[in-house]
Amino acid sequence: MSTVLEQRDRAPARTPAPGRGRLRTGPSPLMAVPALAFFGVFAIVPLGGVAVLSFMEWDGIGDPSWAGLANWAAALADPATYHAIWLSVQVMVVSWLVQTPISLLLGVLIAGRGRYRALLGVLYFLPMLLSAAAIAIAFKALLDPNFGMSRAFGLDFLSQDWLGDPTLALYVVIFVIAWQFVPFHTLLYQGGVRQIPKSLYEAAELDGAGRVRQFFHITLPQLRYTIITSSTMMLVGSLTYFDLVFVLTGGGPGDATRMLPLDMYLSGFSGNDMGRASTLAVLLVVAGLALALGLSRLSSFRRGSQLEGA
Amino acid sequence: MRTRPNYLGGLAGFVWLAVVLVPVYYVVVTSLRNQRGFYDANPLSVPAPPTFSAYELVLRNDFWRYFANSVVVTLATVAIAVAVALMAAYYVVRGTTWFSRFTYRGYLLGLAIPIQATIIPVYYLITRAQLYDTLLAIILPSVAFAIPLSVIILANFLRDVPNELFESMRVDGAGDWRMLFSLVLPMIRPAVVTVAVYDGLNVWNGFLFPLILTQSPDQRVLPLALWSFQGQFRVNIPAVLAAVVLSTLPVLALYVLGRRQLVSGLTAGFGK
Repeated sequence: MSTVLEQRDRAPARTPAPGRGRLRTGPSPLMAVPALAFFGVFAIVPLGGVAVLSFMEWDGIGDPSWAGLANWAAALADPATYHAIWLSVQVMVVSWLVQTPISLLLGVLIAGRGRYRALLGVLYFLPMLLSAAAIAIAFKALLDPNFGMSRAFGLDFLSQDWLGDPTLALYVVIFVIAWQFVPFHTLLYQGGVRQIPKSLYEAAELDGAGRVRQFFHITLPQLRYTIITSSTMMLVGSLTYFDLVFVLTGGGPGDATRMLPLDMYLSGFSGNDMGRASTLAVLLVVAGLALALGLSRLSSFRRGSQLEGA
Repeated sequence: MRTRPNYLGGLAGFVWLAVVLVPVYYVVVTSLRNQRGFYDANPLSVPAPPTFSAYELVLRNDFWRYFANSVVVTLATVAIAVAVALMAAYYVVRGTTWFSRFTYRGYLLGLAIPIQATIIPVYYLITRAQLYDTLLAIILPSVAFAIPLSVIILANFLRDVPNELFESMRVDGAGDWRMLFSLVLPMIRPAVVTVAVYDGLNVWNGFLFPLILTQSPDQRVLPLALWSFQGQFRVNIPAVLAAVVLSTLPVLALYVLGRRQLVSGLTAGFGK
């Protein structure tokens, strides 16, 4: 093993440059096997499996049987599918519009030093710790028209049937999602802000730029990769909002909050139509990968430092 | 340097703080009420006197079994995921072949796979492997979905370990395992802790795999138990919320102990 020493060049490359034809100095590929086995069996194989299952008929109990294009034809002819997609798109867009400015501003705010900011930081991240089931149950109780917060303040506009009204329910869902996820994105932005070189602000200060100008001309441009990372996670993540909505509304009232993942679960595991569920799952995968690839073209997940060219 | 206080930012910060804290406060005070207090009192008032009857009711209803199940699932998943991801990260960073770069790309893309999309084939696999309704049925796919992000965060940290350290160990004749245990692990211990806590949080709070892959109360984990408490104690909201508080206490304890580590580790891990 140690005889490979003389093969090492003195090139300044940090990581060994690949493909130079030198003897193997890296670890044995066996090190990669366990992770690949887990990931392959429970993520990659199912990914192919769901595509296959979308061409099969299966009630979830017996054996799947070939169905050809029947599931796809049925799903694409069903208005419920488009309704689910439309809801998912709405949730995705509105969530992004709501969460991004809030997390960005909070991230900037608590990135600064100071005792009260440290305390704020501790409290802000509480929702990140709670399970979606716990959050959904808490909000269900809180929003109850008879015994919830409506009674605390005695204000009429608060005593709506928040989760019973089809239009309101969707926005309640979006709000609770924001409540759950803003802390995580705040954390990302906080990290991003702390990596911005102080010298930029000092220079701007000397030039007489105020806080607002500094924000728009230094903070925001410097955070561009953080914005892309956070947005990618937010947008792809919005395709997976399931447990929260499942416990909070169960898709209701009617089908007002039956978004794509929920529709998939209910079709498959409550409706015993795994064929339709698999078709919806394929749509989810395609949307998720397309979003991630599209956004990574904007170069979020890259190797190397975020400070390049700063 | 700058002395003028940022009133607008401060105000926005406190508004959001209220948005975060009011629901949390509501859950805690309501869990300390009895039925009558719940129906009569202002929901945000402090219960007088506070009662732990809701907690007693929950603890009498198999709470500890669900708690134990959650502990088993979380510890097992985290242990396997961290060990496996550490090896994979080491391979990704120190590997010199196309295959190591290829796997790294694979994990990056893996982040974009919606967990729900694979649940039907996973259900199929688990039932055919005769693992349905066991804790192992939750652990195995949970490990798989913890891997991509764990590998990426660990790899981000591992890149900062100087090449020379690896080389000198190689000269001393160290194999992969010795490198892993006596160099990699000590050097990136903070990252390992971060990843373990983050994975643990996700698994502790996981809902979908338990919902689909288990059935009997014997195998129920806490988030699922909350959901079933909701049906069981339909009219006893304080009891349901007491269960919520109880299920949150362990992660809260962990957060208080490891907050600095978690926050700094995550920001660094994602920031890179």
